[in-house]
Amino acid sequence: MSVRHSLLALLSAGPMHGYGLKTEFEAATGDVWPLNVGQVYTTLGRLERDRMVTAETEADGQKLYEITEAGRDELSRWFDTPVPREVIPRQELAIKLVFAMRSGVADVTAVVQRQRVATVRALQDVTRLKADAEAGGDVAWLLMLDALVFQAEAEVRWLDMCEARLARGNIAAGLAQRQTEIPAEQAAKRST
Amino acid sequence: MTVLDIDQAGRVYGSGHLRVVALDSVSLRVGTGEFVAIMGPSGSGKSTLLRLAGGLDRPTSGRVLLAGTDLASLGEADLAKARRRDVGFVFQEANLLASLTAAENVALALELDGIKPRAAMAGARGLLDSLGLAAVAGRFPGQLSGGEQQRVAIARAVAGGRSLLLADEPTGALDALTGESVMALLRHRCATGCAVVLVTHNVRHAAWADRVVFLNDGRLAGEAGPAAGPECLLGTGQTR
Repeated sequence: MSVRHSLLALLSAGPMHGYGLKTEFEAATGDVWPLNVGQVYTTLGRLERDRMVTAETEADGQKLYEITEAGRDELSRWFDTPVPREVIPRQELAIKLVFAMRSGVADVTAVVQRQRVATVRALQDVTRLKADAEAGGDVAWLLMLDALVFQAEAEVRWLDMCEARLARGNIAAGLAQRQTEIPAEQAAKRST
Repeated sequence: MTVLDIDQAGRVYGSGHLRVVALDSVSLRVGTGEFVAIMGPSGSGKSTLLRLAGGLDRPTSGRVLLAGTDLASLGEADLAKARRRDVGFVFQEANLLASLTAAENVALALELDGIKPRAAMAGARGLLDSLGLAAVAGRFPGQLSGGEQQRVAIARAVAGGRSLLLADEPTGALDALTGESVMALLRHRCATGCAVVLVTHNVRHAAWADRVVFLNDGRLAGEAGPAAGPECLLGTGQTR
């Protein structure tokens, strides 16, 4: 799981204090991934060292962190790159989507589609191995490959669901906007 | 060689405020021996694309070339001929004739191509044998499992050396393992040079394909191509 990138995503909305970042992070991820405050400050320290954030010490001694251009570039890179399957801290994908939605700096549908292509590609590789294993008759190896296949399938089906929800959200948002526009148009017509 | 060339094809139904764009300028090329899967949510244009590919419907824009022939240049009679000569279809239901044995179902397709009954029957048995279905050749559809019926339906669809097999959710009614045996059979046909286009909701089955094409709202939304490395050429014997 990338604490580093999640913090950058939170900071992309505006400058924050360390403690605020911790509580925002936990609120965003539904407390699935509790962070200790030390981890937050260590990560912020490294981000500062790597010039991805700047820190300004305020009168009360608290540091206010702000994302830099380099930090934004790094964040875009994270969103643009599918999670490699061999690392699969599976939650990284869920968390990436959560922050893609909240930060508003990434096209969430594009993130979903890129991941789907990467996961299907991995699934194709495993399926080819399965075709070979089938010929060789090694059932234990087939069971292992099946496990990988079904994990990948679950991920793709979840991505399909995310996409459907996003599409429905977009339609609902469009309708809501239309409904606020129509009375305004009607009022404009009445006044002329 | 390109078997199927869909070039910027669009399909619009209705007009005015009832106008529905089912397919919007989609291009897809399928080569000899290639296995392509098409995925996408309901209403994304998958089945429309398959109908255009098989000449069951005509595009309202763009072109569909089957074995190099622009289908728009063919009248209805010639289109039907081209379809019979080049394309096999498989659907969710096997639709075998219940009063004919598995071999007779396959032989019937060959007889419709003008092959004499005796030769057609020999051809059907040979084909079923090559597909590992020799044991069921003499059985009636009612005596076959769902997976066996579907595999016989695939044999019937490719009988006579058709160069393109179009399959619309052929595994929809089958359990996981039986579905795989159908995929293995499609893969096997590709190895003999037949191109396959599979429409499916099942990503496990789509993963058997060389390429997985994603449709959304009638447009291409992405593609998972073959991975780098020699294993991506497994069974197809061609370079891409």
